[in-house]
Amino acid sequence: MSNKTDSNVYTILFAIGMVVVVGALLAFTAASLKPNIAENVRLEKQQNILYAMGVNENDESSAVFVDKTEAPELFKKYITKQLVIKGGDVSENNEAYLIDIKKQKAIGNDNPSERKLPLFVGEKDGKTYYVVPIYGKGLWDAIWGYVSLDKDMVVQGAYFDHKGETPGLGANIKERFFMDDFIGEHLLDESGYFKGIDVAKGNADPKNENKTDNEVDAIAGATITGNGVTAMIKSDLKLYKPYFDNLKNN
Amino acid sequence: MGLLSKKDAKLITDPLADNNPITIQVLGICSALAITAELKASIVMAVSVLFVLGVGNVVISLMRNIIPSKIRIIVQLTVVAALVIIVDQVLKAFAYELSKTLSVFVGLIITNCIIMGRFEAFALGNGPWKSFLDGIGNALGYGVILIIVGFFRELLGSGTLLGFKVLGDPIEKTGLYAIGYENNGFMLLSPMALIVVGIIIWVQRSRNKDLIED
Repeated sequence: MSNKTDSNVYTILFAIGMVVVVGALLAFTAASLKPNIAENVRLEKQQNILYAMGVNENDESSAVFVDKTEAPELFKKYITKQLVIKGGDVSENNEAYLIDIKKQKAIGNDNPSERKLPLFVGEKDGKTYYVVPIYGKGLWDAIWGYVSLDKDMVVQGAYFDHKGETPGLGANIKERFFMDDFIGEHLLDESGYFKGIDVAKGNADPKNENKTDNEVDAIAGATITGNGVTAMIKSDLKLYKPYFDNLKNN
Repeated sequence: MGLLSKKDAKLITDPLADNNPITIQVLGICSALAITAELKASIVMAVSVLFVLGVGNVVISLMRNIIPSKIRIIVQLTVVAALVIIVDQVLKAFAYELSKTLSVFVGLIITNCIIMGRFEAFALGNGPWKSFLDGIGNALGYGVILIIVGFFRELLGSGTLLGFKVLGDPIEKTGLYAIGYENNGFMLLSPMALIVVGIIIWVQRSRNKDLIED
């Protein structure tokens, strides 16, 4: 056995064979599961948007989405309008929730007026919610979220998620104790300028009673992820300010 | 144990204590530091490694006579990476929620030195059944340490276990916090995992003098 498996020819043939087999196996798996995965991602976006505007099944302490099978129906029921803002023009688009924010952000870097900004208008118990997607980077990888606002840009709900933040530290941005802190926080300062919300360390308000300080309490051990949340709120939500100004004036 | 001969049973029990992959062989330390800030993550990681090491050991053992020795490490790496990615894809398609919990761990599983270590040291030289037991044993030994470290780090660092506030509420000042107890934020940082592992090693060696090296 040792003679046969030690020869260079055998080694090269084995390597080629292995690459072909493993490559084919992975390609086959990826190709055959792609529709299922894409469907899951699509439903998750609907669940996320609904979550941010308060359509969820939260129990006392954990964040629970509406059921996957009910998501499309509820999405139709609660989201009254899906808008796309591009270079100041607002248009309706029923697939706005599928817009890839990461791609749009890259486009916006080169040419801000070409960037498509999706906005979801929802109606629940007679109240109007404006849900905005945001995207940024944490410590290890991408972070993103959906923030729902009222017409004065006061946060009504927030959902954050991440690709690979450290469990127990940065990954806690998707925990209720962090996300719920944003509810009621103002994005504008007293004179109406856009200020954003800081994920602040050494915050004098850990119970988060002061809702107009433009600050929420940071997570210990997750400074860089927290800074990422601050940055994506500031950079992405700011772009919607003109829309809300218009809303007020009309 | 009727199912297992004495020798086979030793394959499982040895790595749990006297030949533990973390505390004795000092393998897999990187993931033990990275994900033990909370108990839930430790458990998820332990189960994932149990699966990958059990199956991977069997696959490598079945291939042991045809793997060219010059490229055996690459072959092992390919097997484990393919295995983990296929599982990840299947979970994404059929158990999306679970896959989101696991996504962070995928990279850590592939690079876990215990997995490569067992392929190299055991599966290449033993039959599939023995290799399976060896994989399960080592993964359990790894998991036990992970869960112990995760338990203490979450309890002392956040005052919770599996997310439940077992020591009271630090902001409302109830429970232990009412008498001035504070969470030790340092426990949440990786260096403290190393110190907890160190303490486990110390306790283990002081109880079993055979383990002490000169």
